[in-house]
Amino acid sequence: MPVKDVCAIKDVCAIAGIGQTRFSRSLDEPEKALACRAVLAALDDAGIDPSEVDAFASYTMEETDEVEVAKAIGAGDVTFFSKVGYGGGGSCATVAHLVAAVATGQASVGVAWRSRKRGSGIRPWTSTAVQLPTPAQWTRPFGLLRPADEIGMLARRYMHEYGATRDHLFNVALACRNRANQNPDAMMYERPLTREMYMTARWICEPLCLFDNCLETDGALACVVVPAERARDCRHKPVYIHCVAQGLPAQHHGMVNYWNDDPLTGPAWTAARHLWKNADFGPQEVDVAQIYDAFTPLIPLSLEGYGFCGRGEGAAFTEGGALEIGGRLPINTGGGGLSEAYVHGFNLITEGVKQLRGTSTAQVPDAATCLVTAGEGVPTSALLLRS
Amino acid sequence: MTAASTAPASTTPGGMLLPWADADGAPFWEYAGRHELRMQGCSACGRLRFPPRPCCPHCHSFDGEWTLMSGRGRIWSYVFPHPPLLPAYARLAPYNAVVVELAEDPRLRLVGNVVAIADGPLNGVPADRFRIGAPVRVCFHDMAEGVTVPRWLLEDR
Repeated sequence: MPVKDVCAIKDVCAIAGIGQTRFSRSLDEPEKALACRAVLAALDDAGIDPSEVDAFASYTMEETDEVEVAKAIGAGDVTFFSKVGYGGGGSCATVAHLVAAVATGQASVGVAWRSRKRGSGIRPWTSTAVQLPTPAQWTRPFGLLRPADEIGMLARRYMHEYGATRDHLFNVALACRNRANQNPDAMMYERPLTREMYMTARWICEPLCLFDNCLETDGALACVVVPAERARDCRHKPVYIHCVAQGLPAQHHGMVNYWNDDPLTGPAWTAARHLWKNADFGPQEVDVAQIYDAFTPLIPLSLEGYGFCGRGEGAAFTEGGALEIGGRLPINTGGGGLSEAYVHGFNLITEGVKQLRGTSTAQVPDAATCLVTAGEGVPTSALLLRS
Repeated sequence: MTAASTAPASTTPGGMLLPWADADGAPFWEYAGRHELRMQGCSACGRLRFPPRPCCPHCHSFDGEWTLMSGRGRIWSYVFPHPPLLPAYARLAPYNAVVVELAEDPRLRLVGNVVAIADGPLNGVPADRFRIGAPVRVCFHDMAEGVTVPRWLLEDR
């Protein structure tokens, strides 16, 4: 039997529904209830009855199992379920796994979701009773405790090697905040950011300050993946999943990566090679991007990794309002993890859908293509969406 | 956790995190206890690798050996964490954490702390003495009974 075209999934599936809860530092309901609310909202948005759902995908860090969601929402027989690891690196992969399932006939209606009370709940890095597995033994005893510390180390090196400055990181924080100021659902909707606020903010991990870090959020989101022809009969304009990719580079070391030849060339490069190999368009034809922004330095790194500029040019790319509406590449148009909500990047997926439906609160005129990315620096994933 | 992860305590009495070795990493910590910085190498092709793992990614031999390093290196990057942190670390903040690239192979990198003396605090060297590329040499600090970590001293210039 001949090997199938590697592009066999191209535009075969679409996102037909999206749903979300409120975003807040503290929500009353437990994560399981929030998960069910987001999933039901996404199915209602699509106009698909929950009994039709036969596939689920989420993150390994998701506390609510597919078993719990399925029985709560009244799903029928479920024939595909999958969980993806590496924290926020798995966001887009949840959708990618559903695409693989639906495109190959293993399921027909897939739901991906993330529910998390990171705002009012515990900070994972505070656990001392059980240390995270390898490579924690090589980092935590030395006080490299939090993701901000791990990324701060890469940020300092990046600034040293390529001349990036705090002003470049501010450009990222400002673009996200400006979009949040247009989005009533964003946690930072009524909180403008100025350069003075940024430059005088308290440090979290030098060289990263408060505004270089994502928000701590309670909230949940979900989306519905169906065959493209089914999506055309749903309530909203279909958003086609053009290409998907995961990325685990050679000799990469997981959640902390200081040990391959160039730690600044991360999983984004691997995912990008696969995406662009299969896509009908290239980085220059991306109208809007939702780039994983747990920390501001991930943006210049990802801009390079996904081919919007060359090695070391990611910081300079942010100059002159390039990331704002009307700029070269508007990013994180709902406010992103930095200023809308941090729910392991799932709000970047739903915002990508809103842009291609034409319903974003910071709409890019005539947006027809959108890149969505997952966490950079950790084993990652990405989606190319088109209208 | 692997079978080797049977550390009796995860922190010092003061709350500093102790390394929790897995089976692959255990020899590193055992040698550190003898105040020796050794890295895993392949007995077949001779290449060094870090973090440790069961077999060589180049020649796939499972025969390894632990090679003594000179203890010399350079700062690859550094940070100064500020609160919120675990209480024992918050008391020292801002302290330093560094990545050191080893003289034997700059792709061998160790996370650590720069200190003024081996048993000194993590905040004992002024921030303005840090720069990428600064030469350092290893020293060893006994954190607890039977638990030793490598640390780094700035080389005099």
